[in-house]
Amino acid sequence: MNWNLFVTELVVGITQGSVYALIALGYSMVYGILKLLNFAHGDIFMVGAFIGFGLITVFGGATALSISIPLLLVLMFVCAMLGGGMLGVMIERFAYRRLRNAPRIAPLITALGVAFFLENSAQLVLGAQFQSYNSYAWNNGSLWTNGFTLPSGVHVAVAQIIVVVGAILLMLFLSGFVQRTQTGKAIRATSFDREAAAMMGIDVDRVIVVTFFIGSALAGAAGVFNCLVYQQLWPYMGFQAGLFAFTAAVVGGIGSLPGAVLGGMVIGLASSFATGYVSSTFQQAIVFAILIGVMLIRPSGLLGRTAVQKV
Amino acid sequence: MDGGGEIPKIPARPDEGEPGIRVGVDDWVATHEQRREELPGVLGRLQREIARTPRPAFYLAFGVAAALLPALTSNGYVIRVGFDTVLYMLLCLGLNVVVGYAGLLDLGYVAFFGFGAYVYAMLASPHFGLHWDTLIVVPLAVVMTGLLGLLVALPSRRLVGDYLAIVTLFFGQLFYTVFQNGSRISLLGIGHHSWDVTGGPNGIVNVDNWDLGGLHIRSLQAYYYTALVVFMLSLFAIYLVDVSRTGRAWKSLREDPLAAELMGIPVNRLKLVAFAISAAIGGLAGTLFAGLNTAVFAADFYTPTLIIIYAMLILGGAGSLGGVILGALVVNVSLEALRTPGHATWIFYIVILATLVAKVRPWRWLFAVVGGTIGLGYLLTAIANEWFPRWTAGAPTIGGWLGDWLNQWVLHPSNPQMIGNIAFIILIFAVLGLTLLKPVLLWIAMIPTLYLAAFAWQNRLVVEPSITRLILVGVILIVLMNVRPQGLLGTARVEIV
Repeated sequence: MNWNLFVTELVVGITQGSVYALIALGYSMVYGILKLLNFAHGDIFMVGAFIGFGLITVFGGATALSISIPLLLVLMFVCAMLGGGMLGVMIERFAYRRLRNAPRIAPLITALGVAFFLENSAQLVLGAQFQSYNSYAWNNGSLWTNGFTLPSGVHVAVAQIIVVVGAILLMLFLSGFVQRTQTGKAIRATSFDREAAAMMGIDVDRVIVVTFFIGSALAGAAGVFNCLVYQQLWPYMGFQAGLFAFTAAVVGGIGSLPGAVLGGMVIGLASSFATGYVSSTFQQAIVFAILIGVMLIRPSGLLGRTAVQKV
Repeated sequence: MDGGGEIPKIPARPDEGEPGIRVGVDDWVATHEQRREELPGVLGRLQREIARTPRPAFYLAFGVAAALLPALTSNGYVIRVGFDTVLYMLLCLGLNVVVGYAGLLDLGYVAFFGFGAYVYAMLASPHFGLHWDTLIVVPLAVVMTGLLGLLVALPSRRLVGDYLAIVTLFFGQLFYTVFQNGSRISLLGIGHHSWDVTGGPNGIVNVDNWDLGGLHIRSLQAYYYTALVVFMLSLFAIYLVDVSRTGRAWKSLREDPLAAELMGIPVNRLKLVAFAISAAIGGLAGTLFAGLNTAVFAADFYTPTLIIIYAMLILGGAGSLGGVILGALVVNVSLEALRTPGHATWIFYIVILATLVAKVRPWRWLFAVVGGTIGLGYLLTAIANEWFPRWTAGAPTIGGWLGDWLNQWVLHPSNPQMIGNIAFIILIFAVLGLTLLKPVLLWIAMIPTLYLAAFAWQNRLVVEPSITRLILVGVILIVLMNVRPQGLLGTARVEIV
């Protein structure tokens, strides 16, 4: 067995899995609270990535950065999270709010429309060509040459560490927020039963807005994380990432936040090992097979609780 | 007993003849005729006549009208658009079965379209050296696509709403991936030999034309008629299914699956049947597509096509056969017209004007808004001419008298791309902001927004027709779902809580 390849794919898979987990968290939160499959979530990820790219361009481009890397990274995350969060809130306010009591199919089709609108508007404004963060060139590549080497000889770069650690920090923050604050409690109550929550005096509209903001902010951050490691960004990047992230949320158990993280890791590792050992073209097929398998064996997901259908 | 005697009269009930509550009669239901709103005069009579005419008569009328198209024009482009429109109608018809009737969100529908096309292309092209008879290949492709639909539906039949959507969406993606990369299929990595099954990104070319037992279909006209005949036959078949027991069962399934199941309706079987029929129709459309184009590429069967079909179905009204025809017609013809900047500009301003006429009341505000917008344009152009010549230095985008007039009215900055992009983004926010305002303030805010829309359109949107049409498809979906979810011809659903 080729140990080196295995460890390499493991590192890549964990990095990729962190990104998927962040997107999946937002998907899962929104789904938990509105029972809405927000197809536009992947495109918020794309917008976050482009916000980061815009900042790189503003500060002189990848090869001639005029500010220090830590400052740039902080700026990118703050702006991508704020931008993504506000975009999510706008989408909720203008596209979904009126459909809250419509038949289930209506918001789904609207979500498709929003995704299509965002992708093509981005293409109009930003152009269809691939862009690149080119983080290899930042400050002569210090993000990639620095790092540590695992015993098997695999190099783990700072960029990858930033992604994994950043994702873990965001998840801890989210978990603290949902478990310990008043608003977090309201979010949990609303996702458990919206009507009952409203009767208990919870401002459901506000809770939904907060959920959209946090979920979308995570997606925006994931966009920056993703491009920090995988470099490339283009207007249509959100669709497949969103699809994989949704699969992660479903595999983990939709509505369950630890489930989303676990699902993200499963999907990230699966697609990375699929690329390394089978073929990158069939990455999607393997993710799909996992989804079908989980749905057949455990329809509520790995960590989801079996929903009791009330009539 | 003798039967000759008179039967004594039953004494009248005390409430007989008096208006009031009647036992066994639901007054609300009994008086539904009187509650119907009717237009006065001739329009009301027309409305009644339309309601009384059996629906197949309209379909037949459409068929006859559509059959006259090649007689009216010999322009190849127009007939090509006509063929595409009929093909989209066929696709919408199939999607209507699964989404409109059974209420299942199938986001992999476009894969069935592609599968039918690929089956036809593989069996009737030099790719494998097979040139089977069309009369065998087309039914075979339809049956195979139907079976594929069944296969997709089998694991998903227990899934509710969103899960079904995601599984089918993945199926569509998977189809695209497999067929786009199917030029080097090796047996699970065993051995080094690989087979070119789908032609990969190069697709399958030189596909045979249709040949119906000696009747060779080569020309565009012939394909138009073939597509029309196929569509009409499918339409009547689906109409018959619609009014049958199965059709009614589908609708009950759509309205409330749980209640339907409790009524003894075989819910699972009906879902499978809906999927299979819809897939088969998609496959049929695929064979027509492959036959006319004589080439198939996986990229033709990807998400944008799916979303366009959805936009058609939603615009026409899911669950309505007339809506299928109307939706495909309106969307496809508009999208085609958007390819030419001149036509696109006309459509843009006509749609805006029509929306204003329909929505802005009272009338004086309509004139105020239109007049204000026009005045604002002249004012800004005059200011720019005087002090900011760079803002009118750009080249006009279209010709004709409309173009000449627009050139004097809309600013054309010398760097239209960047300014146009910014204007487009501001426009999105402005339109969203408008939805929050109430009349009077709304009408006043509308004036600069309309001008901004014209500005963004002239400087940026009309320059990129291929992207603009897709943006507009997205807008159609969002706006329709929020404003009129039943579409143009659909019936509004009553949500029972």
